[in-house]
Amino acid sequence: MTATLSVTGLHTHFFTRAGVVKAVDGVDFDVAPGEVMGLVGESGSGKSITGFSIMGLIDEPGKIVSGSIRLKGEELVGASEEAMRALRGNRVAMIFQDPMMTLNPVLRVDTQMVEAIRAHEKVSKRDALARSRDALGMVGIPAPEERLRAYPHQLSGGMRQRVAIAIAFLNEPDLIIADEPTTALDVTIQSQIIHEAQSLCKRTGTALIWITHDLAVVAGIADRIAVMYAGRIVEAGGIDAVIDTPLHPYTVGLLGSVPTSNRRGERLTQIPGMPPNVLNLPEGCTFRERCPRATAECRHEPAITEPRAGQAVRCFHPHGGGA
Amino acid sequence: MTDTAAAPVVKVQSPFRRFASEFFESWIARVALLTLLTIIFLALAAPWITPQNPYDLGQVDVLDGRLPPGEEAFAGYTMWLGSDGAGRDLYSAILYGLRISLAVGVASGGIALVIGSLIGLFAAYAGGRVETLIMRLVDLQLSFPAALTALILVAILGKGIDKIIIALVLVQWAYYARTVRGSALVERRKEYIEAATCLGLSHGRIVMRHIMPNCLAPLIVVGTVQTAHAIALEATLSFLGVGLPQTEPSLGVLIANGYEYMLSGRYWISVFPGLALLLTIVSINLVGDRLRDVLNPRLSR
Repeated sequence: MTATLSVTGLHTHFFTRAGVVKAVDGVDFDVAPGEVMGLVGESGSGKSITGFSIMGLIDEPGKIVSGSIRLKGEELVGASEEAMRALRGNRVAMIFQDPMMTLNPVLRVDTQMVEAIRAHEKVSKRDALARSRDALGMVGIPAPEERLRAYPHQLSGGMRQRVAIAIAFLNEPDLIIADEPTTALDVTIQSQIIHEAQSLCKRTGTALIWITHDLAVVAGIADRIAVMYAGRIVEAGGIDAVIDTPLHPYTVGLLGSVPTSNRRGERLTQIPGMPPNVLNLPEGCTFRERCPRATAECRHEPAITEPRAGQAVRCFHPHGGGA
Repeated sequence: MTDTAAAPVVKVQSPFRRFASEFFESWIARVALLTLLTIIFLALAAPWITPQNPYDLGQVDVLDGRLPPGEEAFAGYTMWLGSDGAGRDLYSAILYGLRISLAVGVASGGIALVIGSLIGLFAAYAGGRVETLIMRLVDLQLSFPAALTALILVAILGKGIDKIIIALVLVQWAYYARTVRGSALVERRKEYIEAATCLGLSHGRIVMRHIMPNCLAPLIVVGTVQTAHAIALEATLSFLGVGLPQTEPSLGVLIANGYEYMLSGRYWISVFPGLALLLTIVSINLVGDRLRDVLNPRLSR
């Protein structure tokens, strides 16, 4: 199966007055059709910028310095603004974090949905409306006919996020990028939304990149996971492999800082220190200053290795693999 | 779906209903709006409810000149508000004057609103040097006193109602441009604009359908206040003698005409048109104030 999206060597840098911020500094990954990939990391690790790079929405002073982003073989880096606009919402869609903010407060739901369809296809208003109604039904909105005529403020947060997801799926895109779409929702609604998005992807063959800092959410939705740290992917692999037997010390630290019921009463481990200053990243492995396993060797750039099949890591001293 | 039953569409008043009921909570707003509507009605109905057409020289008799209020005209009707130096019935002249004043105010306000907000939207969306250039132009425009700029423009353009409107538009567009740009800058940063961009909508569509409607509230408020301002400015220009011609007296012309008689005790020629102008401007401003209170999200309860 060929990948829907393949990102190789992506470098997105921001040229600020204070210096060059290497927000994304060498990211590689593939997403297959119908696959859900979780992109995990702390704030500032570059996961959202990776998403915006794919959408072609990096504003000044940011720039994709090098690398390639291929959507079904078509190169997106360096594509014209015109070509990118034709792509956005049509072949690549995006779901945002705060459903209170992503729907225009003064336009009705039907207006916003019809607009999204007609921006890319010549269809009659009536057909577009019918498709919008079906899409709302697909994401589990009851009485879609009524909801179509509602204004965003008349809907609850979960309902609005469903509308946002329905809009993302409207034009049956190849790829959807979801940027922390459940962070602002209740856990109960969260799990429904995750379930809904997952089954839609499997049904339509849409690839989904789920950006989040919440490992529990990723464990529930993703097929594969990529952990980002300071603009790089430090570990990537199948969801079960990474969660059960993490290789990179950072992944281990992340998992250790999630409270679970079977470790009740124990002290939660934390990752010491702070994420590095993006203006002044340490030489070699960017995690070494916080890493309990760091040695002199870590002053050099670690290469990506695959100690286990299908689980790649960027570390000299991965867990489980000796050292 | 467990949340479906628990989350019905919330039945709320339509936005307009809620807005109206909030607006009418204040008795000042009720009185002001009623006054304004009465003034507009009187102005529109002037040809049918006045005894004289003050612009038709055949109906104006110099022998009726400077009659005090309540005197009977040569033609037989009573001049309840008296007459001016040329023998015009002041009641008729005021209503006809109101027509001109309101027309000038609304036309110049409307045109300035459209032009100004398009320029403001464009500046906010374009950003960078274009925005800087436009906004410095706005600053420059606003740094001159409006009356002075209008005076110079009318002096250059010449007399006539169309020239006055052009001058007022040129004076006022900057207020709208600045207002719209301010709120458009705020709206542009909001996530729904980013979401609209991610849907691949065209720039024109994003500006007109998504940003513009969200800037309407401050625009409505500025629009009412600036319309009142335009009416006052037109009266000022006419009073100074560079506005409308003597043969088509607006309120400002009437006030100017009566000014020379003030010291001889014939107060009515200036005072009644002055009161009409005052009432119009105050009622528009009060309505505008109330609109601002209701439309301002920070003041809403």
